[in-house]
Amino acid sequence: MIRHLLSAADLDHTEALRVLDTAAELLALADRPIKKLPTLRGRTVVNLFFEDSTRTRISFEAAAKRLSADVITFSAKGSSVSKGESLKDTALTLQALGADAVIVRHQSSGAPHRLAASGWVDGSVVNAGDGTHEHPTQALLDAFTLRRHLAGGVGDLDGRRITIVGDVLHSRVARSNALLLATLGAEVTLVAPPTLLPVGIDSWPVSTSYDLDGALAKSDAVMMLRVQRERGAAGGFFPSAREYSRRYGIDSRRMALLPDHAIVMHPGPMNRGVEITAEVADHERSVIVEQVSNGVAVRMAVLYLLLSGSAGEQDA
Amino acid sequence: MNHPLLLKGVRPLGGQPTDLLLRDGVIAATGAAAVAEAPAGTSELDVAGLIALPGLVDLHTHLREPGREDAETVASGTKAAAMGGFTAVHAMANTDPVADTAGVVEQVWRLGREAGWCDVHPVGAVTVGIAGQRLAELGAMADSAAHVRIFSDDGHCVSDAVVMRRALEYVKAFDGVIAQHAQEPRLTEGAQMNEGQLSGRLGLAGWPAVAEEAIVARDVLLAAHVGSRLHVCHVSTAGSVEIIRWAKTKGWDVTAEVTPHHLLLTDELAASYDPLFKVNPPLRSAEDVQALREGLADGAVDAVATDHAPHPVEDKECEWSAAAMGMLGLETALSVVQEAMIDTGLLDWAGVADRMSTRPAAIGRLRGQGRPLSAGEPANLVLVDADARRTVRPLGLASLSRNTPFADRELPGRVVATFLRGRPTVLDGQAVEPGTARPAPVGSLR
Amino acid sequence: MERAAGTERVVLDDRDVARALTRIAHEILERNRGSDNLLLLGIPRRGVPLARRIADRIAAVENIEVPTGSLDVTMYRDDLRLRPARALEHTELPPAGVEGKTVVLVDDVLFSGRTVRSALDALHDLGRPRAVRLAVLVDRGHRELPVRADFVGKNLPTSLVERVRVLVAEYDGIDAVCITGTGLHPSEADPARAGGLR
Repeated sequence: MIRHLLSAADLDHTEALRVLDTAAELLALADRPIKKLPTLRGRTVVNLFFEDSTRTRISFEAAAKRLSADVITFSAKGSSVSKGESLKDTALTLQALGADAVIVRHQSSGAPHRLAASGWVDGSVVNAGDGTHEHPTQALLDAFTLRRHLAGGVGDLDGRRITIVGDVLHSRVARSNALLLATLGAEVTLVAPPTLLPVGIDSWPVSTSYDLDGALAKSDAVMMLRVQRERGAAGGFFPSAREYSRRYGIDSRRMALLPDHAIVMHPGPMNRGVEITAEVADHERSVIVEQVSNGVAVRMAVLYLLLSGSAGEQDA
Repeated sequence: MNHPLLLKGVRPLGGQPTDLLLRDGVIAATGAAAVAEAPAGTSELDVAGLIALPGLVDLHTHLREPGREDAETVASGTKAAAMGGFTAVHAMANTDPVADTAGVVEQVWRLGREAGWCDVHPVGAVTVGIAGQRLAELGAMADSAAHVRIFSDDGHCVSDAVVMRRALEYVKAFDGVIAQHAQEPRLTEGAQMNEGQLSGRLGLAGWPAVAEEAIVARDVLLAAHVGSRLHVCHVSTAGSVEIIRWAKTKGWDVTAEVTPHHLLLTDELAASYDPLFKVNPPLRSAEDVQALREGLADGAVDAVATDHAPHPVEDKECEWSAAAMGMLGLETALSVVQEAMIDTGLLDWAGVADRMSTRPAAIGRLRGQGRPLSAGEPANLVLVDADARRTVRPLGLASLSRNTPFADRELPGRVVATFLRGRPTVLDGQAVEPGTARPAPVGSLR
Repeated sequence: MERAAGTERVVLDDRDVARALTRIAHEILERNRGSDNLLLLGIPRRGVPLARRIADRIAAVENIEVPTGSLDVTMYRDDLRLRPARALEHTELPPAGVEGKTVVLVDDVLFSGRTVRSALDALHDLGRPRAVRLAVLVDRGHRELPVRADFVGKNLPTSLVERVRVLVAEYDGIDAVCITGTGLHPSEADPARAGGLR
C-alpha cells in the first residue's frame, strides 16, 4: 500500500478496490454493539485543519476513533499564524507529538504534497481537501456509494456512466472523482458552463458536455457539485444563480430524464435551490445522506491500510 | 593601480588562442604585441584553453536593497554577479522605498560603487510607488548621478494604456527606455502557474500566455505610434517572441530579454508543488522553451537577463500559494545559457557575448561595457572554462538567498575569473574582495 | 544455499481429513452434551469451510442444524504494524449473535496461538458467549501464548523452519494437510550449517 494519500491518482485499480473492499467489511461492523476496533491502539492521528470543514473533520475523527487511535484535532484556522511558515512550524510540532498520520485540510492546492515531501513529518499524510486540487477520500466514498447502488457492492464500476455537474474548475471533489472513477472503469462525463471547465480538460480521462439534459438520459448516476453564488454575479463565471440553476441545476423535470435505476449524489454542503432543488435532494433515489455514513467506513479503511505495516517499512 | 597582467593562451569568444595584456584598466594589447609591450614586472597567467568574453551585463537584477536586506544587499548581490561573470547589473526599482526618486537611485548607485564588485546601474520606477498611476520623476532620475536610462515597474505591469503611452513618449527626451513587465492584471488575478493542462490538474490558478502577449502586442504598437523605445522584460511565451519578431521586421525600436530559467525549465516542475519553481512570469511549456531559444538564436530576443530574485528561506519553505515568486539567477546564468544555447548548437560563444554583454549594454546605453576584446577597450571580461561541469550547491552561492531552481543539478561551464576594468573580482573561481591588497596573480588557471 | 523447499509431504489425505473432522464433531457433541446452544465460528479463510463441515456432520448425527458463521480477526492482530496491510475477510454471524452461546472457534492450524488470542478479543466485542472452545484440524506446537485446543484433528510435531499447509476442497480443490521444508530437526536445518555440509 502507498504511504500517503495525496491524490486519487495515487491509487491504482488494485489499491482502489482494496480500499473499497476493506470499507465494505468495516461498514458491516458498524451495526455491532461495540463499534470500536483495537487496530490502531497506541497510534496517533492528527486532524490538521487549516480550513473549516466540520463534516470532513468529524468523519475522519469518527474513523480514527473507531480504530482506537488517539486523535488530536488542530484547527489552525483563525490563529495568528495564517500563512507561510505556519505550515512548517505546525508540521514540526506534530512531528514532536509523534503523529503516525496527519490528515490535512488546507486552502492551498498542494499543501499536503508539501507536507509529505518536505521531510518535516514522518507520518502518513492524508489529503482531506486542498484548495482547488483534490479530495481523494471524498472520491473514495463516492465510488463506494456508486458501487453499492450500481454494481451490487462488489468489483469495480466498469462501464457505469457517471455525470458530474457544476463548478469543475474550483472543485477538488470533481478532480478526485474524475481520476478515481476512471481508474475504476467508469465512463465519466463532466457537465458545466464552459467558464467552469478548466483549460486542458481534454487531457483528463473524461468526456465533457455543456448540455445537461442530453447527458442525463445516459447516466447511471449524477453527481451535483456545490456552486458558490459568489462565482456568479461578482465572479463573472455565469450571469446569475437563477440562470445557472435553469441551465445546470437538477429539478424534478430533469430527474425524470434519468433512467429509473439512476441515483443522485452531492458531496455537500448543498445549495438547495441553486444546483439542486429540495425535492430532488430529498428524493428516494438521492443517496446524499448515505454518502455521509459511508464516509466513515471509507476513511477507516484508508487509515487502516496506510498505517498497517508502517513500522516494518520504516525498519526496512 | 593594478599590476599589469598578461593572460596567456586565452581564446577570445572561443576563437584562436592569443595573449591579452591588461594594464591601467584597459586591454592594452593583444597577440604578439601583448607580450612585446608587457612592462617589466608584469604578472603572467597561463589561462590556455579558457574562453574570454566581454564582462556580462545583466538588464534585470533584484538587489533588494533598500528594504529587504535579509534577502540580498547591493554588496552580496553584486558579489554574486561577479561570481557569475557579470561586470554590470541593472538594479530593479521595486525596493522599499521604491526607486522612484533621484535620491533612491543615487543611493543604490553609490552602494554599488562602494561595494566594488561590478557596476550597478539603477533602474528607475516608471510610476510613483510602482502603483501604475502617476509618472515618477523620470527626468530627475535620468539627470542624477545614477544616470538612469532604463525605467521599469517590474513586478507590476504598466497596464494603463495612457500611462504607458505617456511614459514611452516622455523618456524620448533623454534616450530612455521603458522596460515593461508584460502581464495583463485582470487575466492573472491570483495566478499561480502557467495555464495549461497541468494547472487544471494541480488546481492552481492559471497564468495564461495571452495575458503576456496581449500587453506585448499593445506595447509594440504604442511604441511604434509614439516613436519611442520599448524593452520587454522576461518574455516567456512563443507568442510574445512572434510578436516581437514581427515588430522588428517593421523597423520599430523594440528589444526583449529572456531569463535563463525560461530557456531551460518547464511548467512540469510545478507538479512537485515546490515553490522553488514558482516564478513570475511562470515556467512555461516545452514548446515555449523551444521558441524562446530559437528567438534568442535568431535575434528576435536580444538579450539574456537573469531576473535574479532573491527570497529568504521562509518565503519559499511553505505551501505554493503562500510562497514568493522568483529565482536566483546571477551565479548560474552563463552555465544555463551554455546548456540551452551552446550545447544545442543554437549559438556560438560570440553569440553568447552578443546576447549577454553587447546588446544588453547597448539597451542600457552603457559606455565601457559590452565592448569588443580589442586593444584600447576597457578591461571588463570574464574567463570561462567551458569543459568544466559543476553541481549547483545552494549553500555555496554568494547570494544571501538560497532559492535556486538548479539546486543539486549539474550544469556545464565554470566562471574562472572576472575582471572589472582590469581588476580581478573573481580569480580561480574564488571571489577577490575589493580593496584587499591584491597579490599579483601568477601561475596558472588552467 | 538451497533449502529443500521443494519437498512437500502429504501428512493427511482427504480421507484422513474427513475422519478427523468426524471425530471432532463427535467430541464436540460429547463435551457439550448434545448440540444445544452451539455456534461454530470459522476463522477465515480455511476455518470457515471446516466449521461448516463439522456442522454438517453434527446434523447427520443429531439431525439438527447447528448455526455457523465466520469471524475475521485481522483488525485484532498484534502484528499489524509489522506486516503489510491485509485485506479484511468476512465476519458473518447468525442473527441470534453470540450472546449466551457455546462458541466453538474453528481454525485450520494452531501454531503460536496469536490468532486465537485475536479471535477471543474479536468475540468479546461481539457479545458475551457462555463458553468458548477451540477446534483445530492440526496442532503443530510452538505456542507463544497460553492457548490450548479443546478438539484437535491431528497433533503434528514440526520444526520451525517447516511450513504446514492445509488444503480444503472449497478453496483448493482437494482436502489435504502438507508439510513443506527440510523435515530435519531445527538445529540440523540451520541453513548456515546445511551450507557447510555441502
